[in-house]
Parts: sequence; structure tokens; C-alpha cells
Amino acid sequence: MFEPCFNQYHIMRTIIDHTTKDTLRVASGFTVLKMCSLALFPPPLPSGQTTLCESNNELLSGTTTEDRLKLESSPLSLFFPRESLKLHCRTESSSKAAFLDHSETLWMRSAAAWRDGGFTGLLDEITNSNAEVPKWLSVSSGCTLALLRWFSSFHGSLFPHLTMSSEDMLAEFSQVLNWSDCVVRAFAWHPHTDKFAVALLDDSIKIYNPKSATTPTLKHRLQRSVAAVQWKPLCATALAVACQNCLLVWHVDPCSLSTRPSSGCAQVLSHPGHSPITSIAWSPSGSLLVSASPMDTAMMVWDVASESGVPLQRVGGGGVTFLSWSPDGSHVLASTPSALFRVWETRMWTCERWPCVKGRCQSGCWSPDGSRLLFTVQGETVIYALTFTDTPAGVTTCTSKGPQAAAVVADLSETTFNTPDGDIIVGGEIQSLAWDPTGERLAVLLKGDPQAADRPAIIAVFKTRSNPIFELLPCGFVQGEPGAEPRLMQFHPNFRHGALLTVCWSSGRITHMPFYFLSAGVPHFGLSGSPSLPRPQERPADFANQSLFTELMS
Amino acid sequence: MLSAEQSSWFVRKVIFWRAVASIAWAVLLLPPITAVFVIISRFSLLHPIQAVAECLSFLTSASAIFSFILLCGVIIMVGFLNLEYYTVIPTIACSKIALLGQLLHPRQFVNSLAHCIMGIIVAWCCAITIGGRYETIAYPSTQGDGSPQMCLNEYHLILLLAGAFVGFSHSLLGVIYNMNYVSFHSVQQYKYLRFKGSLSLVLKCSATQALYSVRNYIVVYFFLGYVPKAWICKTLNLHLNSSVHPLDSIAGLLDLSLLYHLWISASFLLFTWHMTLLLFRIFVTEVYSFPVQSSFTEDAHQCLPKVLTDKQPMILKFLALQDFALLSQHSPSRRSEVFSLSQPGGHPHNWNAISKECLSLLADLTQRLIAYHDTVATNGRAKSLSTGSERKTSSESSVTSVTEDLMSPRPTLLMRTPASVFARSMVGCSQSPLTAPFTPDLDSPFASPALRRLTAPMDQCSPWFGTVQSPHIMRRAPKLWSTSTDSKVNGSPQASPASVPSPKQEPSKPSLLAQFLQNRKEQVKNVLAKRVLIMYLFNKLPEASSQALFADSQAHIWALEGLSYLVQSSFSEDQFGVVQTALPSILSCMLGLQEAVDRHFKLPHASSKPVRSASSMGDSTHKTLRFALRATLKTSIYRITTTFGNHLNAVQMSAEHRKRLQQFLEYKE
Repeated sequence: MFEPCFNQYHIMRTIIDHTTKDTLRVASGFTVLKMCSLALFPPPLPSGQTTLCESNNELLSGTTTEDRLKLESSPLSLFFPRESLKLHCRTESSSKAAFLDHSETLWMRSAAAWRDGGFTGLLDEITNSNAEVPKWLSVSSGCTLALLRWFSSFHGSLFPHLTMSSEDMLAEFSQVLNWSDCVVRAFAWHPHTDKFAVALLDDSIKIYNPKSATTPTLKHRLQRSVAAVQWKPLCATALAVACQNCLLVWHVDPCSLSTRPSSGCAQVLSHPGHSPITSIAWSPSGSLLVSASPMDTAMMVWDVASESGVPLQRVGGGGVTFLSWSPDGSHVLASTPSALFRVWETRMWTCERWPCVKGRCQSGCWSPDGSRLLFTVQGETVIYALTFTDTPAGVTTCTSKGPQAAAVVADLSETTFNTPDGDIIVGGEIQSLAWDPTGERLAVLLKGDPQAADRPAIIAVFKTRSNPIFELLPCGFVQGEPGAEPRLMQFHPNFRHGALLTVCWSSGRITHMPFYFLSAGVPHFGLSGSPSLPRPQERPADFANQSLFTELMS
Repeated sequence: MLSAEQSSWFVRKVIFWRAVASIAWAVLLLPPITAVFVIISRFSLLHPIQAVAECLSFLTSASAIFSFILLCGVIIMVGFLNLEYYTVIPTIACSKIALLGQLLHPRQFVNSLAHCIMGIIVAWCCAITIGGRYETIAYPSTQGDGSPQMCLNEYHLILLLAGAFVGFSHSLLGVIYNMNYVSFHSVQQYKYLRFKGSLSLVLKCSATQALYSVRNYIVVYFFLGYVPKAWICKTLNLHLNSSVHPLDSIAGLLDLSLLYHLWISASFLLFTWHMTLLLFRIFVTEVYSFPVQSSFTEDAHQCLPKVLTDKQPMILKFLALQDFALLSQHSPSRRSEVFSLSQPGGHPHNWNAISKECLSLLADLTQRLIAYHDTVATNGRAKSLSTGSERKTSSESSVTSVTEDLMSPRPTLLMRTPASVFARSMVGCSQSPLTAPFTPDLDSPFASPALRRLTAPMDQCSPWFGTVQSPHIMRRAPKLWSTSTDSKVNGSPQASPASVPSPKQEPSKPSLLAQFLQNRKEQVKNVLAKRVLIMYLFNKLPEASSQALFADSQAHIWALEGLSYLVQSSFSEDQFGVVQTALPSILSCMLGLQEAVDRHFKLPHASSKPVRSASSMGDSTHKTLRFALRATLKTSIYRITTTFGNHLNAVQMSAEHRKRLQQFLEYKE
């Protein structure tokens, strides 16, 4: 069942500080006993049962019918059936051939090709219309084109993702599981209030606010293939949307009664070569926005109000796929399509390079105090942790004194559970991570295998504690209706009674799962209105013997 | 005198050395750039090896070394001009005539002349470098009768003149695009990385600008080329070789090799100059860390609280504010120095000085916006100034007094206008230094004197000084455009100029004589307005006045950020509660500014986005400063409200401001 083995994880770390000193520090790897974390979890629910909430330190479940009733009573639980969305089938490349007027002159066609396809398009056009142009021109352009293609294929063999279409690229690097087939493509809670934005398959964005009757629908000509949305912190109106060709920042007045804000409310931010955008992150202070594109080796730092962007370029990686800004604003995680990720320090914008052994960094999340980074690597079934100690206060030269090596904190390799419905295999590669704002629950979305019925995608929830030492404890699996697999998850940024996990399912349903607990770190004052379920006291003793990971104090 | 010496320590000790360092780097980077230029200009596809060998032999020749020394001199001169002409507050021309005035300013004339001469020098070096037919100005030839004589080499001349033209147009474009404006970036990076990041942009825009300049130059040379040619021939006693085709003809100018050499020389010239400018900007805007407090009294004038209050030089104030914004955000230990109490006495001198300065900056802007808004709202007509003070009610006086005593130390910073000597000579009717067409704040070129009084630096003693800044008073005052109950409804802004404010609104103020004068003025204005050229020259450029109002808003942005971060961190770090005492005034100041900014953005053109020009060395940051200020202001208020939450209900403030604050607490702004 388990594979008892010793596995060596070599994580090397290089810090390259460009200006102050060119040191190269390489920390050696270390050996970890492979621990199968999932074996300690309670088994998954039988079919027909769905997870409702956590209370009294255990996950409660209900049957589907009960669940339905509960869902319908809750105003924020939404259901977007696939049929209700009006999908427009647009394939520009295929329709172009049907409409292109071939009786145009060569000049016109060349100009059109230059506009649509750039230099290669122009060469292609000249080569194809060899009846009209001089022979030497068509031959030479053909040769140039062949040379360019050879070079780009060489470049593409270095970075295979460059040959993908932009839709494929978005699907590949998105944090959403199976993005291209997803009804809900992106989801974002507002950082301060109870409203959220939902990006749907038909490229519209809806904003739901429990305090307001209107649900504005945002549509824009350029808003296509939304990969991520995020609200600006310390602001009530601004919503950044990562689109296929540009970045949109909507300003949606919460007091407005309009259900269709005009496209004049959106700022368009674009930079040549910076598309498609797969990830965006606002700084927690709300002043800057970073965006990433796998096609662009530079990460853009936008000053949104003045619509100016600063590209931060570093050699290596071939693009940037995923960004995550630490909650204290001091670091930004930027992963690349190759086996390398960077941690930027945001004061002077210098970065540390972290080469991985196996694959690219798929996902990552920061602890609430910004001192610890958890990340997962494609092709591996473990969660790594990096610990950042604060720089000494008041030091003006900012060289971040980071950790030397990443530690494995959890191993989520495949584990078989015997349930009444047969064996279920849980585990494998990790799609995304989410840590709740109190730092007490960690949700892990496991990819599963879409082909095999007994390997569902599932969300595993850990209990975490960072004081006095970092600990991981099992909590349980979150499951939805039969046949629905989780695609996307996010924690509510300020849920009063613990943590609230919002999950978007493949059926188009959005559900919210509360985890009721008393947070140890946050002082409790003025808890007005008791939660609907009895709020239990935490019982840490139960799982003390089952601790999955405990940081060793040195 | 003493204060001037005191404040110039910064220019002497920091700015000067930063400029020197930037020039040194530019000179150091000159050899590789020159080498690349030599290779590009001499390269030939047919004989590549021979060309490279020629390049190498040229690079070691005496003439190359001499021209290189000349180029170094030019770079040093450009760097010196950068230091002399840079500004942190852009000069924004509000009408075509103001722009013309800037271009014809003597100071600018000197600059253009210097650039012209430097352009000729660089072009001469380019001619030496390219060699061949460009190398000398004269060559011996034999006339038809066999007698040898010196003939003018027109290729040399056209290159020299191209250098002069490109230098001149560079200096003119510098004025139009505000190239001397040094902007500060919100993303801090090390100097090397910033330079590396912007180098490709500089190269691109140098090449583009060179292309346009050469195009314009060729047109000019085609029409006027014979003038300098004849003049040179006459002064140097040279002859024109009749057997050679003249260059100021279509056939002569359609020489691809000549065009290429012109373009590559212009690109080289512009690239070296732009690179010097880029280095200067990067070095000057580098963060300078001021000590918050010093243990030695002789260094007290270099400490942050003292430096912030300095008015001159502006760069010092800006760098101090930048440092303040960064320290409030990033360094807890320096924050603790700000929150600390003085050792004997226990006064929070540091915090008091800093917060007072920041609040007075913000109050300045608020007042400026209100005054501008009133000018626009009354459609260029002077509004009764007494209205406001009569309407002053007791409930509002408390707020007013708060702002008033913040304002009182420095009321003169407001209403800065683009200085222009052209102003006085052009419109002689005005005695005020703020001549109407050049001010950003008036919407008509021939505004009435009363109006000018409104915008002139305000006299502290005047009775309405304290009242005009209270936003809610202004709101109740009659407006042309508003539909409020008691205001006069006067129709569209194009209403006849003769319709002066009715006497029942302003019972005492405008005397009969004043009204007569005003009517006359309006008539003159109407007559002049019909002349197309004058209209063209004097018409306001859209949104320019708005840009000019916010020209120095980078300082306000830093003040807002710094204050809000300090207030945020005071929640946990301020041991003695020094911030608590200032919290009401900070909040009311921010909310007042928020109201003024909101109203400003309702004006036409204020919220229209400027066209983004991608490939230009001119910094267009100043065009979007008002949007940045608006965003920062909201974020700053939210930062305070999210930190303090409902505790803010205990803070004393007016009902108006409490209503606004409640909006922020409910996240509805």
C-alpha cells in the first residue's frame, strides 16, 4: 500500500544578489523519511454524502437532499448550470479564411498580414503569393521564414510551453483544475467585505453582494479567457481581471444601481508581448499590481492609477506563470514554466532563484505573517516549506536573509481507502494550495485522475499551527455532490468564526464550507451574533499523537 | 541668506556629486558606444573583413582620439545642462501661447544654442568617424580652365548642419515633452537594474526620434539648403564645384547611403545624450536616507523634520518626502524615532513637525482645488467673496479653524504658475505676476481683475481667508451649473458675457465703476475672440489646467502615504499616543481633500485619460499624477479606517466628515 522508501530531496538554492555581492550559496539536500500524510486522514465520505462544515473539531456531512435545502437557503451559494450560459463559438483563425477577400492587391494583403501576424505573417504571405512577386523575393522570404521557424522550434524545444496556443497555456498554468472546461473560471472574495466576483465560461464577470439586490455583470470587448480576478485591497471598487490579451481593472461603484457597468469603467493595461496573462496579484497595501504571462520573461509591476508598468526582467525560466504576494507585502512568489521559481523581495525588487529538481512550481501560498511559504512542485506529491526570517529592523540595505533549503512538510502520495462503495485512491499531484487568513487551516486541491472513477479530485484540509512551532495535523476531506469535482477554492479573507472555504465545483455550483473554531492567534472581542452552529472549543489533544509534521526546534 | 546657505548643503553635498557620478558613468560608457557606432557606420556587406580592419586602424588613430575627447566634452556639457535645467515639478503650458512663451524664453534660448553647437561638434566627430567623402569641408579640384581651387564638400556640410538641426530639435522637443522633468518611480530598484531595464527603451526612442528629425531636416535642407551653403562659401572663400551634383535637389537627397549616414549619426548623437539624461535621472532620484533625529545640534538641519519644511531646493523636499513615505512603510526602528518623545520635556517634536508639514501640504492642495473649482464654476466671473463669510455658521467654524491654523504658516506655496517672462510683455494690462493666459487656474484669457485677486497668493489678513477653504461652505455658495435651490440659474456657460451677477445676490460689492470696467473687458474679449489666430493661441489646451493643478502632486502622494502608514503602525507601535492627538486633524484634512478631489474630477476634461505616448524620452508621469493622487488618497483613508475600525467613531469631527467617514467604514466609496 505504502511505498516504504527513503527518498532524497535535493533542493538547491542560489541567491544572486545583483548589486551588492555576487555570492553563490548552495545548500545541500537532506533526507526525509517519506511519510504518507493521507493515511492519517479519516476516510472519504460514502457516495451521496457531502461535507457541510467543521464543528467540534470534526467535519460534519449530510446527505444530498439535506444539503440542497441548506444550499438554497443560503443566499451566497450559487449555481451556474452549464446550459444557462450562452457560449459564443468564436474561432477567429478559422473564420478568417472564409472571409478574406483574395482579390485584394498584394500590398493590401501584405499590410493585413503584417498587422495580423507580424513579421512572420508578412513573410508567409509573400512566400505564398509567389505568382505575383519576383522570384528572388519569394525565395528569400521563404528561406528567412524557414530559418525563423527553425530558430523558434529550437527556442520552443528549450521552453516547450512557447509552442502552445494561448488557451492551452492558460489551462496548463491556471490554478483552476481543468480550466478550459470550467463553468466558473475564476473567483475572488473582496478582501474586506462579503462580496465576491465570479468569472464565468462566457467571459462575463458577476459581482454578488449580500447587502445589495443588484448583481452587476461586467462585460468588455477585451475580456476574454479570464484566468484570474482579484479585488484591490484597501479599496471598495477596483477589480483586476487577467484576460487573454490584456489586464483590465474595473471600477465598480458599490452604490451604483446599474447592472451593466459600461466598458468605460474599465482601465486597460497592456504591454507588448505580455499576454496571455495567467496570474495577477495586488500588493496588500493596494498600491501595486503584478501580472505574469508565460510568454513574457518579464514580470510587470503596474502602477494602476497612472497606467504605467515596470517590467522586471530576469534571465531564465522562459516566462512567469503564477504569482502570490505575501500577506505582509514583503515578498512575491513568481514561478516559471521551467524548474525554477523566484522569490522577489518587494522593497528593492531583487530576487532569489530557487531551482527545483523535478518540475515547475505549480502553486504556493504564504502564511498570514508572511514568514513561511508553502509550495508544490509539478510531478511531486509533497508540499515544501520555506521559512523567511524578518530582516533586522531598520536595515536600509535590503538583502533578504532567506532560508537555505526547502523542507518537506507533507507527503500526499496516493493512499487507498476502503469505503462501502469500494476502494478509493486519494492523493497524487497537487493543483493548488490555500491557507486561511488566520493560518489555522490549509486546503489542498488534489488533481486525481479524471479518467479513473476511483481516483477523484478531492480537497484535503489540514490543521496548521505556526506558534510556537509549525505543525500540520489532518482535518479531513471536503467532498461535494456525487459526480461533482472541485475545481477552484478560496478562503474568505475575514470570516469571524474561524475559516470559510469557498469551493467552485465542476457542476457550476459554488458552495461555502465554514470551519468553526476559535482562532488561537486572534484576540476575540465583540463577537456579535453567535454562529448558527454551536461553536466548540478546540481540542488539540486528540490529534497530538497524529501530528504529521512538526518543526524541530534547533 | 543664512537659510539659503543652510538649504544648499544638500545640493552641494548630494545632488552635485550624484550628477558628477552620472556624468562619469556616461563618459565611461562612451567608448563602447562609439566603437559600436564606428563599426555600424563603416561596415560594408561586401568586404566585411576589410571594414573591420579599417575600423580597428581608425580607432587607434590620432583623429579618433581627438574626436573622442571632443565627445567626452560634449557629454560633460550635456550632463551639466541636465543638472542646470532639471526640475521635479513639470512646467505645464496651458495654452499655445504659453508654450510659445516657454520656447522663446531666454533661458531656453541659451539651452537651444548650446545644443546646436554641441550637435555640430558631435556631427563633426561623426564625419571624422565615417570618413570617406564626409571627412573634410573642402577639397582641391581643378576648374574647367585647369586652375586648382578649393571646393566646398557639401557632404561634410550637410552632416554638420544635420547635427545642429537635431540638437536644436532635441532641445525644442525637450520643452514640449518636459524632458527636463525628473519623475520618481513607485517601484524602487537598484540603479544598475533600472539602467539596464530602460536601456532598450532609450535605444528605441533615440532611433525613432532620429528618424523623424532626419526627415524634417531633409525637407528643410531641400528648401533652405542654399543659404548656409552660400554663406559658408563666402566666409571660407570656397567655391562650388559645378561638376558635382548639388545636394539640395531631389536627386541629391535621394542618396540612400547619405540618408543612412545621417540617420545613424543622429541616432548616435541622441543616444549618447539620452543616456546621459537617463543616468542623471536615475542617480538624482535615488533614495536618500535622512536621519530622523540627530544627537548633534550642528546636524539638526539635516534631519528629516527640519528638511521636510524647507521650501528650496524642491529636490530636497521631494527626496525628504520620499524617504518619509518609505520609512513609514518599511522600517519600524525609524518609525519608533518618529513616535519618540524629546528627552528633556517629553514633547513629540519629530511627529509634530512631520505631521504638521504633511497636513499643511495637503491643506494647500485642498485650497488650491477649491479655488480652481470656484473659478471654473463661476465661469470666469468673480463671485462675491463675502458670500462665503456671511454663510459661515458656528458648526463649521471649528473645522475651519483646524485647517486654518494648519494653513497659516505657509500660505504662499499655492498657485504656482509656470513662470514666463513672455507674460508681461504680451499682455500689458496686468500688473499681477499671474498673467491670465499663463495661469493654469483661469479659464479665460482676459479674466477680470477681481478674479485674479481670487487666485493670487492669498493674504492671510483678508477676512475670507479662513472661510474659503471649508468645502461645505463652498458647496452652498451659488454656482452657475448647479441646480441648488438658492443659486441663480443662469443658463449655459455660453451665456452672454454682459449678464453680470445680479445685484440681489451681491448687494454691496461690485461698484458701478467696476461693473463698467468689467463689461468693457468682456467686450474686448469678445472682439478678440473672433480672430482665429488669437483664439488658436489663447485657447486652453484641454486638461492642461488640470495637469498643472496637480503638477507637484508627487509630494502630496508621499505625504498621504507616509501619514497613513504612520497612523496605521501607531495602532500597535505608538507607545505614548502621540498620533492620537493629531488623528482628528489628519482625518478631517484627508476627507476635505477627498471631497475637493471628487468635485474636481466632475469637471470636464479632468477625468479624461491622456494619450499615452510610448516612444519618447519625455516623462509623461505628470499627466497621470491626478489619478495617482486620487487612488492614493482613497487607499490612505481606507488604510486608517480598516486599522481603527469602529474606534474612529470616538474621534471628534464634523457631521459632514463623519458621514463621509461612515461611507469608508462601510466600504462604499
